[in-house]
Amino acid sequence: MAHQDGYTAFVSSGLGRRLASSLGLPQPVPLRRQVPGRPLVDGPVLVGGHGDTPALTALRDGLTAAGATLLDELPGSGRLGGVVVDLSAADDPADLESLRATLGPALKRLGRCARVVVVGRDPALATSPAQRAARRALEGITRSVGKELRAGATANLVLVTDGSEGAALGTVEFLLSARSAYVDAQVVRVGAGEASRPGGDRPLDGKVALVTGAARGIGAEIARTLARDGATVVCVDVPSAGAALAAVANQVGGTALQVDVTAPDAGRRILGHATTRHGGLDVVVHNAGITRDKLLANTDADRWAGVLDVNLGAVLRMNEAFLAKGGLRNGGHVVLVSSIAGIAGNRGQSSYAASKAGVIGLVDAYAGDPGLRRRGITVNAVAPGFIETEMTARIPFATRELGRRLNSLSQGGLPVDVAETIAYLACDAQSAVTGNVVRVCGQSLLGA
Amino acid sequence: MTSTRRAAVLGGNRIPFARQFGAYAEASNQDMLTAALEGLVARHGLAGERLGEVVAGAVIKHSRDFNLTREAVLGSSLAPTTPAFDVTQACGTGLEAAILVANKIALGQVDSGIAGGVDSASDAPVVVPEKLRRKLLRLSRARSSAEKAKAVAAFRPTDVGVSVPANTEPRTGLSMGEHMAVTAARWGVTREDQDALALASHHNLAAAYDRGFFDDLLTPYLGLTRDQNLRPDTSMDKLGSLKPVFGTGEGATMTAGNSTPLTDGASAVLLGSEEWAAEHGLTPLAWFVDGETAAVDYVSGDEGLLMAPAYAVPRMLARNGLSLQDFDFYEIHEAFASTVLSTLAAWQDEEFCRERLGLDAPLGAIDRSRLNVTGSSLAAGHPFAATGGRIVATLATLLHEKGPGSRGLVSICAAGGQGVVAILEAA
Repeated sequence: MAHQDGYTAFVSSGLGRRLASSLGLPQPVPLRRQVPGRPLVDGPVLVGGHGDTPALTALRDGLTAAGATLLDELPGSGRLGGVVVDLSAADDPADLESLRATLGPALKRLGRCARVVVVGRDPALATSPAQRAARRALEGITRSVGKELRAGATANLVLVTDGSEGAALGTVEFLLSARSAYVDAQVVRVGAGEASRPGGDRPLDGKVALVTGAARGIGAEIARTLARDGATVVCVDVPSAGAALAAVANQVGGTALQVDVTAPDAGRRILGHATTRHGGLDVVVHNAGITRDKLLANTDADRWAGVLDVNLGAVLRMNEAFLAKGGLRNGGHVVLVSSIAGIAGNRGQSSYAASKAGVIGLVDAYAGDPGLRRRGITVNAVAPGFIETEMTARIPFATRELGRRLNSLSQGGLPVDVAETIAYLACDAQSAVTGNVVRVCGQSLLGA
Repeated sequence: MTSTRRAAVLGGNRIPFARQFGAYAEASNQDMLTAALEGLVARHGLAGERLGEVVAGAVIKHSRDFNLTREAVLGSSLAPTTPAFDVTQACGTGLEAAILVANKIALGQVDSGIAGGVDSASDAPVVVPEKLRRKLLRLSRARSSAEKAKAVAAFRPTDVGVSVPANTEPRTGLSMGEHMAVTAARWGVTREDQDALALASHHNLAAAYDRGFFDDLLTPYLGLTRDQNLRPDTSMDKLGSLKPVFGTGEGATMTAGNSTPLTDGASAVLLGSEEWAAEHGLTPLAWFVDGETAAVDYVSGDEGLLMAPAYAVPRMLARNGLSLQDFDFYEIHEAFASTVLSTLAAWQDEEFCRERLGLDAPLGAIDRSRLNVTGSSLAAGHPFAATGGRIVATLATLLHEKGPGSRGLVSICAAGGQGVVAILEAA
């Protein structure tokens, strides 16, 4: 990534570290990111929890197969790569003591960029007030731990479904891995489903994936990441971005299709291309988006409509083609791109926030669609926070620094962090993950 | 070889054409041809693919570009094991390249190939005067100090200078426009008809852009997303206000508006066998049915410089059992508006068709609403060797839109009194 975060580099040096430490300044560290061949986690993973830990029982073999060394006791010395605490059997707030007893002592033993994964169950499905309170408490704990962690470590919560605990394997694996570098303090719900199969190095082998807005920035990185994972990528962008689009398509060995996503026939054309060229469509990533920032008081109808049409209207129209019979294959995956602005709102971004909040509404609607559920189609969204792109590089210095540091990791994310999260949601192993909005924001303070 | 098979046009790509010293002033032929190939590769998912052959060329070439097409292939995302060669037939280069590739496919020698062309009127080779060049060579041959001193002593201040390639015929010393003015006068082509043809070219090209016709035919380059020469808002009044630049007196009807400007650009067309197309999930747009070339004796003045297509077309029609009216689209390269109009006039002229073409009856008129329906060189510009690829890809797309059974004619005039023509049929 060309965008340099000079501050992170400075405080990673000897002098910078001492200075930042004595002044009480944030001390971001370079995050561990996915490198093929590197182990899932850097160091052993302490596991524990409450009662008979049903989720851990279902996940243990899979995590070991994925390369994690699981320890049931905190060892006398050495750094931990991560901690997985299973509270899925917690029925009462008193049961939370099991979490404290397991996680508390381990926190001081975490290595750089270590992972904390708390496993629980959906509070909405609780059968008693005490159980619901205990389940909801896990979110508060996870978010607080996220803020206590240092040195690039993250904490996330996975909610498993009764009898389908094994379906969470892919999610827990993702949250332990370097792929989730900038995913922090998130809650991921895993529904009923088969125990997810491990994906290996190329979990998208043989799959055809569409990425809109693929010519540059986050979209180009999504294309590269999906291709790295084995997918054949159809790269779409507006005709005027064709030169950059062609370069991306050729780099990933995919195809370039120049089409404006707001064109009435965009969905039909893209689907036709995917079908005739590649025999079908397995993954749709709606990444194309624009901003036309202005205070609402100064926003005219054209700016307003432009943002809503590209970011939301086009997604709706194209999905009519993609989600109809003969469109996306059964068992396919749709990933939408929301934004932290759609959750927290942002000054001067009412139109953008409207569209990105609307995207969350779309996720809710599609995920609840019985027809799509029958066809095994999952629909999720990612919501990026401050990501280092050409766009954010143009933000004035002070505002940019504020955006960068106001999160638990004290740094901006990279486009690849968004792309990795999308790649995780695009896998067949995640057939039980639908209806989620996963923020890629390093636990931003905005909208928290 | 006992049988032949059909060669299909599978798609095309070009970069927008730029006016001389415009957006591509700093781009070389190799840069532009590589860009055209890259867009084609991306559109058709050919990264890392070994194709049968890539055939392309440029009319104006630097001596360093002796292996221009192969170098462009090596700079592209195609497999480096894809062979390539250069070809030149003046403005017919691009179409001749397509004929060559189609023929190899038809014969089963290759299963796939790219035909292309590129030209830069901006990055033109500049050479030293002939007298100076000979003296420089003599100096480089000299061995002894005495010989060297003698060679150096031969240089004169007056030797210094540069000659830039000009758009003139070496055997007549006349520019192409001056030649055309003679032909235009011979066929009585009026200023108004020429301006009307130029106007239609601009309006048709603009409308084609507006309806997204070029979204699958063009990839932007160096910030240009449309042809730089395109004037969507031109009018008969504006065109009529331009002063003639070729011809004299009453016969001076040719202006900068109804003649093509010097242009930079590149184009490429993907061709393949039916089987190869199916294996790659590509839909044939059109079949490359036939091609023909002709040449005329313009040096003696027997025929106009740019009239060779008028001879090539009837020969090709006869071979295919077709009449001039059996086409849904006519793509007649607009070197000058008067070139198109002179050719059409000749085909309607009984005497010309009898005396020159040996036909019993005139070929007749064409339905002008089928002519250059998405614009042609007057609006898009004409980077010499790139025009053939532009036209073949455009016509194949038009035929694909029109549907099975539709047929198109390509006619391109070229320097040296030559013409290259072809027939495409919807797949």
